[in-house]
Amino acid sequence: MKNTIKQVFHSGKFLVGFYIFLFVLLLCIIYPLIVTYDPLEMVGSGNFYKPGTYISQQEAALDDGYIMNMDASEGKLALALGEDELAKIEEYLTKYAGITADQIDKSNLEAMVELWKSNYDPELKAKGLTSAKRKSYRRLDSELMDALNSSDVIIAKEDPESGELEEVKKIKGTNFVNTKDVVNKRTFVLGTDNFGRDVLTELVAATKVSLRIGLVAGLIATAIGLILGLVAGYVGGLVDNLIMFLTNLFTVIPSFIILILISYSVGTSARGVMMVAFIIGVTSWPWTTRSVRSQVISLRNRDHVNLSKLSGHSMARIIFTDILPYIASYVVMAMILQISSGILAEAQLSMIGLGPATTKVATLGLMMNWAMQYAAHLNGSWWAYFPVVIVIALISFSLNLMNTGLDQVFNPQLRD
Amino acid sequence: MEQNRNSVQNSTDRKPCLTGRGVTKVFGVGNKSMTAVDHVDFDFNEGEFVSIVGESGSGKTTLSKMLLGLISVTEGEIEFQGRKRDISTGAKRKEYWKNIQPIFQDPFSSYNIFYKIDAVLDDCLNMRGYRKAPKEEKDRMKEEACRFVNLKYSELTNKYPFELSGGQMQRLMIARIFLLKPKILMADEPTSMIDACSRATILDMLLKLRDEVNMTVIFITHDIGLAYYISDKVYIMEHGKFVESGPAETVILNPTADYTKRLISDVPKIYEKWDLDTVARDK
Amino acid sequence: MGKVILEVNHLKTKYVTRFHEDVYAVDDVSLTIEEGKSLGIAGESGCGKSTLALSLIGYYFAPLHYMSGDIIIDGVKISAMKPNDVRRKILGNEVAYIPQAAMNALNPTMKIIRFIEDVMKAHGIKMSKKEVYDMAKERFADLGLPEEVLEKHAVELSGGMKQRTVIAISTILSPKVLIADEPSSALDVTSQKMVIRMMRELMEKGYIKSMIFITHELPLLYNVTDDIMVMYAGQIVERGTAQQMVFDPVHPYSKGLMGSIIVPESGVREHKLTAIPGTPPNLKNPPKGCRFAERCPYATPTCSAMAPDMKEFEEGRTYRCLMSVRKLREVYENGAEPELSTEFD
Repeated sequence: MKNTIKQVFHSGKFLVGFYIFLFVLLLCIIYPLIVTYDPLEMVGSGNFYKPGTYISQQEAALDDGYIMNMDASEGKLALALGEDELAKIEEYLTKYAGITADQIDKSNLEAMVELWKSNYDPELKAKGLTSAKRKSYRRLDSELMDALNSSDVIIAKEDPESGELEEVKKIKGTNFVNTKDVVNKRTFVLGTDNFGRDVLTELVAATKVSLRIGLVAGLIATAIGLILGLVAGYVGGLVDNLIMFLTNLFTVIPSFIILILISYSVGTSARGVMMVAFIIGVTSWPWTTRSVRSQVISLRNRDHVNLSKLSGHSMARIIFTDILPYIASYVVMAMILQISSGILAEAQLSMIGLGPATTKVATLGLMMNWAMQYAAHLNGSWWAYFPVVIVIALISFSLNLMNTGLDQVFNPQLRD
Repeated sequence: MEQNRNSVQNSTDRKPCLTGRGVTKVFGVGNKSMTAVDHVDFDFNEGEFVSIVGESGSGKTTLSKMLLGLISVTEGEIEFQGRKRDISTGAKRKEYWKNIQPIFQDPFSSYNIFYKIDAVLDDCLNMRGYRKAPKEEKDRMKEEACRFVNLKYSELTNKYPFELSGGQMQRLMIARIFLLKPKILMADEPTSMIDACSRATILDMLLKLRDEVNMTVIFITHDIGLAYYISDKVYIMEHGKFVESGPAETVILNPTADYTKRLISDVPKIYEKWDLDTVARDK
Repeated sequence: MGKVILEVNHLKTKYVTRFHEDVYAVDDVSLTIEEGKSLGIAGESGCGKSTLALSLIGYYFAPLHYMSGDIIIDGVKISAMKPNDVRRKILGNEVAYIPQAAMNALNPTMKIIRFIEDVMKAHGIKMSKKEVYDMAKERFADLGLPEEVLEKHAVELSGGMKQRTVIAISTILSPKVLIADEPSSALDVTSQKMVIRMMRELMEKGYIKSMIFITHELPLLYNVTDDIMVMYAGQIVERGTAQQMVFDPVHPYSKGLMGSIIVPESGVREHKLTAIPGTPPNLKNPPKGCRFAERCPYATPTCSAMAPDMKEFEEGRTYRCLMSVRKLREVYENGAEPELSTEFD
């Protein structure tokens, strides 16, 4: 036994899988201890905030701040003039202002702005210049002017009695704030989702729930498969035929369809997390049953089983002491695969809207479902779905790798 | 070994132990059915060393499983000690199994590798009703059994089967039989996976069991030389039927059935010339 | 003395296990075979006889590794060649190798004649299909195999027929040495006899010049080969003619092995079978002295300390024991334990 475990931990494939899985597991355990926010708290009040640190604007504005010998306008200009904006400027200049392409140097932002300022005519009417286009040029112009405006900003407060504005502070272009001095801030490493929830915190919580669903589904499927397989294989005869009939029935009907049907018929109100796990569990046992059965049949005729029989042992005892230990490694391997496929099944079900009908917890599948419903994939909010995909892939990759590693240790035919 | 031989001669006055009439086993039904054992008759007497000789596929192992009561008999009757064998219920089977025990071909698959070998011996004691006996007495009996097969109990206890060699495992199987003292020992090719040097020890022990406990030993083998060497009576089996039976000397030295003649002529010889030309060219 | 076909000098090879342990399966093996002679190698399971077979054909692919020694086949030193070159140039042409499960090597989707065409192609022999067929037909007829076999698939043949077909195919190029490792052990006695007969015909008709036959069945060796070598724990312990080895073995281990022979012949029942207690040593770290010392009934303390070398004591007879032949024979005759002051030479 000790030796076997030693062998298992010598298998490279198993170890890689094991470490990845351990990493995911530890993340699920340790992260909530450090970040204690409610994972489903709707922090943002809009959809899909970009990843980054958000600091209170008011606080930053009222902070005493520091004067830096740095011109803020250049940075602002670079921020305002992206690839798209530059292309737009170039288009206007070449098409409507009669500037040739060699006069335009896109790398020199200031020269570009000068060129724009001297050539742009908001009232210009030309062929092909639709009103929509004209409006978009106007928008570009005002954005540019905003960016170039480096004059001081005055913060004023309204006097509640007189209704007059009273200057509180003047902010120069050289005024800076240390983010450490700002108390009200929040970092969204992976941005927020459609409900304004922190994706990373939500993802960790969802991974935990999904792992639990996978584990419960895997346990249920393995238990049913193991019991049916043992009985069918050992007892044989009519019992075997009956169980195999049932198993074949479940195998020929795609299990995902059964899954959808059961899931749908259970109804929205009853479809909690554990219910979904249970549904996945009771639809995915046939595979385990078949393989356990074939293992048991080959063991049934082994001499030590015959000897045990001739020693007058009961059937239950023979199954538990003479058969189960021999297939234990196999069952563990099958369960690992069942867990992995359980997690995938939950994700699939949730994607099509038949997952846990709850807003109290998140699962990996539900996160995907929400991201899809709010068109995260269309508006470029990759952070709402891509990390989820990565986590699902990591979990199922690590579990499958562990399974392959175990297979190499326990199946002598695969050894090199 | 000399005194073993003497007991062979006067075997006619022995009491019948296991007899069979028209014993048949058919696997499957309809077109796909296969008759593994086809109406065989046999009389195994008490204290007799009987060999059943046959090539692979002759049905000898199927017959042994039927005699052990591990598979059902399709047709025919088996009598145990003069009475019809009844193994219809679990309790009756258990009772029958006190009288017949096996040694299998492959010692490596005869043990449950997850349990220490003590479990095998303890099972035997439990079966014989020593479950509640004091530990000292149990240990004494186990020690005695191990001594019978030239093994030291103190060196074996707390070991797992894979720590033993094939010969040691097979000897421990004999120790198990020694503890159980059944009326019949069914030895299914017990030496075919053992090296020639250890084979003699195993055979000696089987003979000793027969002599000390007056056990009927049914020895199943494909090796006609081995059967000749060790047994009192020989049954030659071909395609599920016994083609010839009788005292070993008679059957092997003066065979009458063609199959027996062929079998003997095809085995390499040492003292006589082995005639390679008598073999059929196309098979 | 005829021309030496195969010469092996102090060959040492080892296995490397999954856990990077070395198993010294063939240790200091020397042998020669002359033209027209056959040699039998006998020993118990795990004594290294199958490893010796693989080593002799130069099949040094992991986990088997060559350590030292020479293998010379008809003047060509194959131990100095790369394993892949040996496989391409030597196997089939110079040496043919037949393992126990050879018959299972036949691809069931191919007709037998296709294997023969393959052999020709693999060895760069340019022949038309017709020529190959005619040649194969002739060879098969000569070896007593029906011509129809050529047009059949492996599944249509019985086990014995398959094994004989494989032997015929692997010797189609008339190699100088045939190395057969338990070629008949998986077969029933009748098929076994036919395989043996065919191998003898191969020798008699000159399709092969010499043969090494490896088996644990001594009566078979006695009937097949001219000489017999007994192997124990990776070493050769004795060599002599078949007659000498079976009826007059010298080494205590050979003595024990020959004493365990059982054949269905009159008088055999009166023999007392010999038994050797104990198990062979672990070849991961073989004993320093004589490898048989632990099980030898005549061993003295010197035996466990000093490793004996192969010695020739008669024309063509060698043995590996510290005791003199005279003393050993005396001990066997009297059935007595030797005195402790055993004479060594």
